[in-house]
Amino acid sequence: MGLLDQRFENSNVFVTSMDYMLNWARLSSLWGMQFGLACCAIEMMATGASHYDFDRFGTFFRGSPRQSDVMIVAGTVTLKMASRIKTLYDQMSEPRYVISMGSCSNCGGPYWEHGYHVLKGVDRIIPVDVYVPGCPPRPEALMEGLMKLQEKIRKESLAKG
Amino acid sequence: MTTVEIFGLLKEKFGDAILESKTEGVPSPYVAVAPHSVLNVALFLRDNEQTRFDVLMCLSGMDYMAGKFGVVYHLDSMPLRHKLTLKVHLTAENLHVQSVESVWKTADWHEREAFDMYGIVFDGHPDLRRILMPDDWEGYPLRKDFKVPQYYNGMKVPY
Repeated sequence: MGLLDQRFENSNVFVTSMDYMLNWARLSSLWGMQFGLACCAIEMMATGASHYDFDRFGTFFRGSPRQSDVMIVAGTVTLKMASRIKTLYDQMSEPRYVISMGSCSNCGGPYWEHGYHVLKGVDRIIPVDVYVPGCPPRPEALMEGLMKLQEKIRKESLAKG
Repeated sequence: MTTVEIFGLLKEKFGDAILESKTEGVPSPYVAVAPHSVLNVALFLRDNEQTRFDVLMCLSGMDYMAGKFGVVYHLDSMPLRHKLTLKVHLTAENLHVQSVESVWKTADWHEREAFDMYGIVFDGHPDLRRILMPDDWEGYPLRKDFKVPQYYNGMKVPY
């Protein structure tokens, strides 16, 4: 049952659980952190632009990690960049989520064997909630990744921690 | 001018500092010069009326294996519409070569990259430090004998 359906007639009172309301608020305004690392960032920008319109999920990109809820790691994570990503992740306020976008960020991608400079998966430095496969993933794939994250948030509970 | 003509011109001007020129059996004809004369040769090639190489298209480091290294300069002349490949051969014991940053500004970052990847030292470069790898990186990644480290700053590097 949706939130609005539970509204009492002609009043501004509605009854719901705390978990439901918090989760609804969180998953409906997942602000992304505006940073891209490689070609995946181009697809991420396309997803954010008018044709695919990330904004209808309540997702739009913020320039500061302090204002962001979700970090979309879009691209190749070099060793030089890895420590910066760790710092940015630490600067985000909780609850915070991570979407690993594309093969490079998932597992090193085409650099898995000879990439002396590439971290083989961003999950070696920060916890990842959703992995989006593809090289690069199409906007539809990124949107599905975001919806998977929303499903995950919907199951969260304060009581369970 | 062809590579052979430029080789003759350089030989006349610089003598022993111009080592050799190969035009047959190589992918592109080249002129090899001694490391200590690169700067003068570059200045001459840029300013001489017959050559006028005003563009450094690319500067590359090379590892020929067995302790042999090199730097390759690809030059282009916009006004005279001709090209030249210039080579310098180095050994692992003495990886020093003159910087041509003062001749072509393009060389600034290219020389830093060659230094970063091969450890070739460009004498006279104004700011010779790593450009791609982190400052605290150890080793020169494009050398043939480079071994990928197991860990970098606590992060596992191999797959």
